Amino acid sequence: MKHFSTSLMALVAATTFANSAAAQTEIQWWHAFTGRLAELLDAQVAEFNASQSDFKVVATNKGNYSEALNAGIAAFRAGEQPHILQVFEVGTATMMAAKGAIKPVHEVMSEAGKPFDPAGFIPTVTGYYTTPEGQMLSFPYNASTPVMYVNRDMLQNAGIDPNTDLSTWEAVGPVLDQLKASGVSCPFTTAWQSWAHLESFSAYHDLPFATKANGFEGFDTELTFNGPVQVQHITMLGEWARDGKFIYNGRRNEAGANFRAGECALFTESSAGYAGVKAEAQFNWDIRPLPHWAAVEGAPWNTIIGGASLWVMAGHEPAEYAGVAAFLEYLSSPEVQAKWHQDTGYLPATPAAAELTASQGFYAANPGTDIAGKQMTAKPPTPNTKGLRLGSFDQIRTIIDEELEGVWAGQKDAQAALDSAVSRGNELLRRFEAANR
Amino acid sequence: MDKRVTFKGLWLPLLLVAPQAVVTAVFFFYPAGQAIWQSLFIPDPFGLSMQFVGLGNFEYLLGNSYYRASFVTTAIFSVSVTLLSMGIALYLAVLADRLIKGSGTYRTLLIWPYAVAPAVAGVLWMFMFNTRIGVVSWYLGQLGYDWNHVLNGGEAMGLVVVASAWGRISYNFLFFLAGLQAIPKSVIEAAAIDGARFWTRFRTIVWPLLSPTTFFLLVVNVVYAFFETFGVIHTITAGGPQQSTTILVYKVYADGFVGQDLGSSAAQSVILLLVVGLLTVIQFKYIERKVHY
Repeated sequence: MKHFSTSLMALVAATTFANSAAAQTEIQWWHAFTGRLAELLDAQVAEFNASQSDFKVVATNKGNYSEALNAGIAAFRAGEQPHILQVFEVGTATMMAAKGAIKPVHEVMSEAGKPFDPAGFIPTVTGYYTTPEGQMLSFPYNASTPVMYVNRDMLQNAGIDPNTDLSTWEAVGPVLDQLKASGVSCPFTTAWQSWAHLESFSAYHDLPFATKANGFEGFDTELTFNGPVQVQHITMLGEWARDGKFIYNGRRNEAGANFRAGECALFTESSAGYAGVKAEAQFNWDIRPLPHWAAVEGAPWNTIIGGASLWVMAGHEPAEYAGVAAFLEYLSSPEVQAKWHQDTGYLPATPAAAELTASQGFYAANPGTDIAGKQMTAKPPTPNTKGLRLGSFDQIRTIIDEELEGVWAGQKDAQAALDSAVSRGNELLRRFEAANR
Repeated sequence: MDKRVTFKGLWLPLLLVAPQAVVTAVFFFYPAGQAIWQSLFIPDPFGLSMQFVGLGNFEYLLGNSYYRASFVTTAIFSVSVTLLSMGIALYLAVLADRLIKGSGTYRTLLIWPYAVAPAVAGVLWMFMFNTRIGVVSWYLGQLGYDWNHVLNGGEAMGLVVVASAWGRISYNFLFFLAGLQAIPKSVIEAAAIDGARFWTRFRTIVWPLLSPTTFFLLVVNVVYAFFETFGVIHTITAGGPQQSTTILVYKVYADGFVGQDLGSSAAQSVILLLVVGLLTVIQFKYIERKVHY
């Protein structure tokens, strides 16, 4: 009996403590990061939780980007959705269309009385997640943009000046010839082919990727990336693939391993590939802007972003939204933004963070890390360069990948492949339009 | 000569059937009914709204050349997996059946791969044939063959077929061996005394007597190739390149869970249900006639 009363007391005590802990409002955040990025994310959460006592952010990994989005959708259907869901950029239209499932970030901030000025963000970074009226729907957490990584040692060994101009595709061509002639087995490779060579490519040359301002002005948008400039670019890459100058390694960032191992000389990849290259590359390398076609008058404009943003889900208590607002305010502070930018290679979302990074001497100590930011802010955005807002875009990217693989394998010419990708993609856009009528 | 057990009354038989009926209703009829219902709509992923489209999803699917191509892909894939895994299993079973010493060891070793889950088997084969770090692709490179299943559809199909058949060989082997051992030795010995050589004995005695086992395995393997190979395909090719390894069940997943197009996905499930039902009917109606029990 004595044992029983002791354990009962312990139970009561435990319950009381649990209650006092529950006075802290919990904010659930589902994300798609693993490894180093997850560590950095957890550090942010820990810092925020330690900085105040009202709210406790709980971050949970839900698999990769597609899996995290699916988990969020399934949870919403079951009424168990988290407060914050990290959604990759291609899921943006899906989230936007789900008006009853999300709570726009600008609303969350204004209801919580937080000073929040969209003008304090870099427009080409936030544009992807903003309504045409300029209201921010989701918070740009990790945004990157494609740049080109160069293995300087390989250029040197092939008898090429490592500082040679690589800013245009016209200049890149002869360099690849020289690399190939000197026996390099992988002169050029790329990650995220659709993103770098069609999506960003189109914006970079101010060409529409889709009608209706790339989908920003309505779901009745149609793909238009089979224009002459895009066809010319893909034709050239196809010829390079045939001649062994462009080595295809996979749809995602598989090629990163080849570049970091010193097999490939030039590599177009996300600016967020910086951390990996810095950690692993045993050779001299640098970062260059993504090349453009000098023949296109006015080019380059800005490239567009990839990565993910944070969506606030609907259906929670006002007190919990106050916590979400406090956390997003913490994430947008220049100090947090600058550290995140420097650690990961993701873009700073605010000019203040870029200025802070510069004043800390980071850009001077790590040459090339400012290129992605400059590439995004070179010119004011046009309707073709603000971003993409297309339904079923994950699937459309897969279609583009499939068709491009046909070109690299020499089974299709660029025009036929892009025409086919456009018509197959348009079918999906019509279905998305029907689902969200 | 039929032996029939009859129950008096209605309640006892109903009670005895009830557990199975409930299981079937909950795990088959309810989801199948849901799939049929959903296939008439285009819903948004969050379940906030639904557009009734009648048979529009089916029209869209059957008008899509990639979906029609997926039928051919599925046929090639299932026939190859079934033939390959059953052929090798039968060959190994015949060999193991003739062993006198150490047959237990062989049997145990041959059964091992069955314990490997399809997704794990997929990762295993994916690493061996990985175009960058794969052991096998490296050796092929040394022999002057440039292996690249990432771009070459034929190689991709070959790889997923082999990877899917591999784990299945064990399962088929077990059944074939049991079937072989159930054939009375006296029949075979009598044929041998009559001067029938091994191949004649196999063709005229063993194969017909083995036919119930073969038929059973045929049905089970086709169902396996249709549904359970998902893990292998997902880990090795994800349906690529250019959808050359996108079998029907993989497309249900890709359109529903990656593309969030639940209407199309539901319609595909319904079509798949019909296809498998039809296949099973054909097997029982036409092939089973040739089976000797």
